[in-house]
Amino acid sequence: MITVTDLRKVYRQGKKEVVALDGVTLSVPKGSIHGIIGHSGAGKSTLVRCLTLLDRPTSGSVSIDGTELSSVRDSEIRTARRRIGMVFQHANLMDSRTAAGNVAHPLELVKTPKDQTQAKVAGLLKLVGLEGFENAYPSQLSGGQRQRVGIARALASDPDVLLCDEPTSALDPATTNEILDLIQDLTTRLQLTVLIITHEMNVVKRVCDSVSLLFKGRIIEHGALQDVAGNLESKLARALLPLPPSEPLQGTLEDGPVLEILFAGDSAKEPVITGVARHFDIDLNVLAGSVETLGGQQFGHLRVQLAGNADSGAVLDYLHDRGISAKFAASEAAIESETQLQHQATGEKK
Amino acid sequence: MNEIFANPVLAKALPEAIVETLQMVGISAFFTVLIGLPLGVFLHVTAPGGLRPMPVTNRVMSDVIVNITRSIPFAILMVALIPLARLLTGTSLGPVAASVSLSIGTIPFFARLVETCLRDVHIGKIDAAQVMGSTTMQVINKVMLRESLPALVAATTTTVVTLVGYSAMAGLVGGGGLGKLAYNYGFQRFDVTVMIVTIVLIIVLVQIIQLVGEWIARSLDHR
Repeated sequence: MITVTDLRKVYRQGKKEVVALDGVTLSVPKGSIHGIIGHSGAGKSTLVRCLTLLDRPTSGSVSIDGTELSSVRDSEIRTARRRIGMVFQHANLMDSRTAAGNVAHPLELVKTPKDQTQAKVAGLLKLVGLEGFENAYPSQLSGGQRQRVGIARALASDPDVLLCDEPTSALDPATTNEILDLIQDLTTRLQLTVLIITHEMNVVKRVCDSVSLLFKGRIIEHGALQDVAGNLESKLARALLPLPPSEPLQGTLEDGPVLEILFAGDSAKEPVITGVARHFDIDLNVLAGSVETLGGQQFGHLRVQLAGNADSGAVLDYLHDRGISAKFAASEAAIESETQLQHQATGEKK
Repeated sequence: MNEIFANPVLAKALPEAIVETLQMVGISAFFTVLIGLPLGVFLHVTAPGGLRPMPVTNRVMSDVIVNITRSIPFAILMVALIPLARLLTGTSLGPVAASVSLSIGTIPFFARLVETCLRDVHIGKIDAAQVMGSTTMQVINKVMLRESLPALVAATTTTVVTLVGYSAMAGLVGGGGLGKLAYNYGFQRFDVTVMIVTIVLIIVLVQIIQLVGEWIARSLDHR
């Protein structure tokens, strides 16, 4: 279990103060994977550096299973760090060490006896599926294999928390999935607490139990994956279940109102669209849609256009009665300007 | 060929000159690495943004010692250091005395090369080592020096080659060796054979150093 409370980090740049983290609070229970997603410049890197104590937070606290990390003295910082295993974007292995040598590195630092080290290294390499690669140098391994060595190394000090900083951003899609599956498998097997920092929504979709959206140094949305995905108002839901841009269709439905509908869980299984068509005896067109399974639950996100004569208010009530979130779709122009605003906001920060 | 073997100067003075040159290069290379390596590490680690930033000390070390000594032409430095050589070795003549000024001349040069080698170690590797719980010394020994070892060997090779050149100059002011032989006999007595033979020997020496250095660097490089 890792708990972060009101973490703030302010950098001084000459006379100017730059607030990189503005009160981040989050908590991840043992055995679960939490994703932190955000654009570049949102404060992800700073958060990682504060969690690993490479940087001291300005205020706030980080604790693992009740042990406070952020206030330990400098002499104890090394012991505290060993409770966190870290996986890096580019693995950051030592080129002069073999796979086994890299995994043994954290054990060497605390003068673990040789035979103990050997047994442990062999076990860890087996755990990450790299049996027989003990004597390979990083340059002889593929990106995915290097990341596996990185994960084995991170686990060598028996950490409680595994912190993954963009663990798959340098990998191709197939390898990404392999590495994510490995992380998920290890989480349950070793009862780890895992934090994955990423900008890839795909990572969150595949392995995370819960997710936080980091924006300008603050967590602006967070929750269990199913909860955030099922909420039509949430920015995360829009990112988790994105709709392609669509023009209203030409033809009979030209002037009809456009609705956005989000199904979650059981409601996703019901034939709602045909239900609406029959109940109100109207035509409707699906303009865009995406259907996905997240955390074992089905989700559907649709943009539909009703016939011009339809009573859209009644249709919304009908959907709400059935536990489906639905609303008038913002016009394309509005969506456009919203995203532009976001771009400007991130642009200013850089 | 006969001319070479028949040359009395070469027959008598050449073996001694070779030994003297090797002595000068060997002794000063040893001290250059012994002192220059820690100095380079210190400069890198104490630089702003380094592992243990010490801005004032770093500035002073970097500017005053390294840059000033490096900006003095070696020929002048060598002459200026003769009193120091006498103080340390009891004489101002011979290869051992010359090694004092040779070392002092190349230590800053080598320290700068070491600094560059260490700067090329990817910052992610150092982050990784720190997150594992390494002490500063463990980061220096197990990551910085070990990861840059091939580059450090290449830097040492360059330094030793430079020392061969400097040792010829040192020969002129009392150091002896091939430089003195070439100057005294080849230049001042117009003995072309001596001149050519010393040049060839120096080229061969540099070539051997270069090849051995490259071979060691390659065998250490696993990138």
